[in-house]
Amino acid sequence: MSNNNEKKEFIEDPRYKQCNREVKYAAILGIVNMVWWFGWGYGLGSQPVEEYTYIMGLPTWFFMSSVVGAVLFTVATFFMIDKLFKHMPLDDMTEEEAKKYLEEVENNA
Amino acid sequence: MLNTSVLVALIIYFIGVFVVGFYAMKFVSKARKTEEAAKSEEGFLGEFLTSGRDLGGFVLAMTMVATYLSAGSFIGGPGAAYTFGLGWVFLAMTQMPTGYFTLSVLGKKFAIVARKIKAVTINDFIRRRYESKPLVIITSISIIVFFIAAMGAQWIGAARLLQGSIGLPYETALAIFAITVIIYTTIGGFRAVTLTDTLQGVIMTLGTILLFFVGLKAGGGLTNIIQDMKAMDPRMITPFGGDPGFMTMAWVASFWILVGFAIVGLPSVAVRAMSYKDTKSLHRGIKYGTIVSMILLILMHGVGAFGSLIVPDIASGDLVIPTLTVELFPGWVAGLILAGPLAAVMSTVDSQLLIVVGAIVNDLYANYINPEAKKDSKKMSRVSFLATIAVGVVIFIVAYNPPDLMVWLNLYANAGLISTFLWPIILGLYWKKANKEGAFASMIVGIGTYVAFSYVWPRPLGMHTIALPLFLALVAFVVVSNVTKDPSDEIIEAFWGV
Repeated sequence: MSNNNEKKEFIEDPRYKQCNREVKYAAILGIVNMVWWFGWGYGLGSQPVEEYTYIMGLPTWFFMSSVVGAVLFTVATFFMIDKLFKHMPLDDMTEEEAKKYLEEVENNA
Repeated sequence: MLNTSVLVALIIYFIGVFVVGFYAMKFVSKARKTEEAAKSEEGFLGEFLTSGRDLGGFVLAMTMVATYLSAGSFIGGPGAAYTFGLGWVFLAMTQMPTGYFTLSVLGKKFAIVARKIKAVTINDFIRRRYESKPLVIITSISIIVFFIAAMGAQWIGAARLLQGSIGLPYETALAIFAITVIIYTTIGGFRAVTLTDTLQGVIMTLGTILLFFVGLKAGGGLTNIIQDMKAMDPRMITPFGGDPGFMTMAWVASFWILVGFAIVGLPSVAVRAMSYKDTKSLHRGIKYGTIVSMILLILMHGVGAFGSLIVPDIASGDLVIPTLTVELFPGWVAGLILAGPLAAVMSTVDSQLLIVVGAIVNDLYANYINPEAKKDSKKMSRVSFLATIAVGVVIFIVAYNPPDLMVWLNLYANAGLISTFLWPIILGLYWKKANKEGAFASMIVGIGTYVAFSYVWPRPLGMHTIALPLFLALVAFVVVSNVTKDPSDEIIEAFWGV
């Protein structure tokens, strides 16, 4: 519907690139978390109860999906924040500040 | 009969909450003085509704967790685990991503945009992004109606809790609870709410840990508890729960959508993502929030499941936590632990109360009814205080005649709010083509199909009622936005430009 040539030129906020990246990491983490939970929970939990195995007294399906899953994805969250998330100013930027920020990001890369 | 030692512990806790309220009041009074407020462009409402965006990491995490973990997680949730066994603890773990997902998805971009457009409520965001008066009126009304329903259910839970543990009459318990929440929210605004949330989050966490380990011991250790549950009913230790045909795979898995991912669309949760100070606070908030929600979810629901052995034959699953606590602990310790679920309720409803006030005062009154008032901080503060008290009184009346099993009521209101806000927030933030026609279509389709399905097709494709309507709402949003006009260049530049 739109015609890009007619659009007024403006500088896109340079911080958004990293913001968009972080959203993708979180979405991937969430989906992996769900798959882990589902796989262990229903993979082993659907067996007849007589065939259940136990770890620390808990049925293995529950131990792996809920206990190990909770700890594992907490650790994964820490990893995501420390390795993949980046600090940035949140306040409104002027064009000069935006250019300076962009330079800093490129220098750090 | 009045249980005095529990009462004393709870009174100490209530005093703590009031102290925090009065501390926060100093900031609110400062913001009310016109000359001070004139310096900040957001004025009085900036302080009252977002505490001037200065949340630190720990407070952010605690207020986030305490806000979305409600009475559902502390009374209804353990109650269901009592009835259905380990399967419900497994189901509760679908809330695990809320600790990291919500803050990461709204993330830094939401905070940056909120600062660009000076938004202090979610509706400010909707109003600036879509520039449509009918849309903002609909979202405001949706907030007012759904949150009052949700709060009614929560207040009932709180009053029941006080009734069960202290022995106060229901009406007195409700009145004490209502007066406390209304007072500290009115005088202290968002700052009081987040600080009491932090106090409440700490109490909940400590109480939950204590209750879990004592419960574990009372049940004779994990191995014993699980084997006893198996002997009672083998289905109690499967992911399918006690009743055949209720906790089906598709239904339980769809809770990932309802309580895991879609929480992003709850205004009371989302507003926190525009109120933190800097990225350091955000990073810490995500870490602490994930740890705390993990501990609370697994231990609190675990205790509920243990309860089926330690205190069998209680009248309603909802009573499992209060009953267990009184059974296992001496009076004053029981009082402190019971402050936990009470704190969970309080920390949820105070935020919801403030969101409703924000919708009335900021989104409807200051934008459309009396636009001049926004510049007058004294007037805004008077209107906000009156609105807070008025809304509180309405909820009190709603909660006065209580229905049973509040977890379902609570889920119904949440689903309505999520259908209204999820896509307009996420697509508005990340998709340039998202426009007002699309937002309208998604709300109408989302709420419409949700209400229709809950009557005629409660489990579409085997899933929880909310899952399919959310998907249909997304489709409607994308299709309609694509065939109608793009948002104006001004909107795009305000949101995406520097």
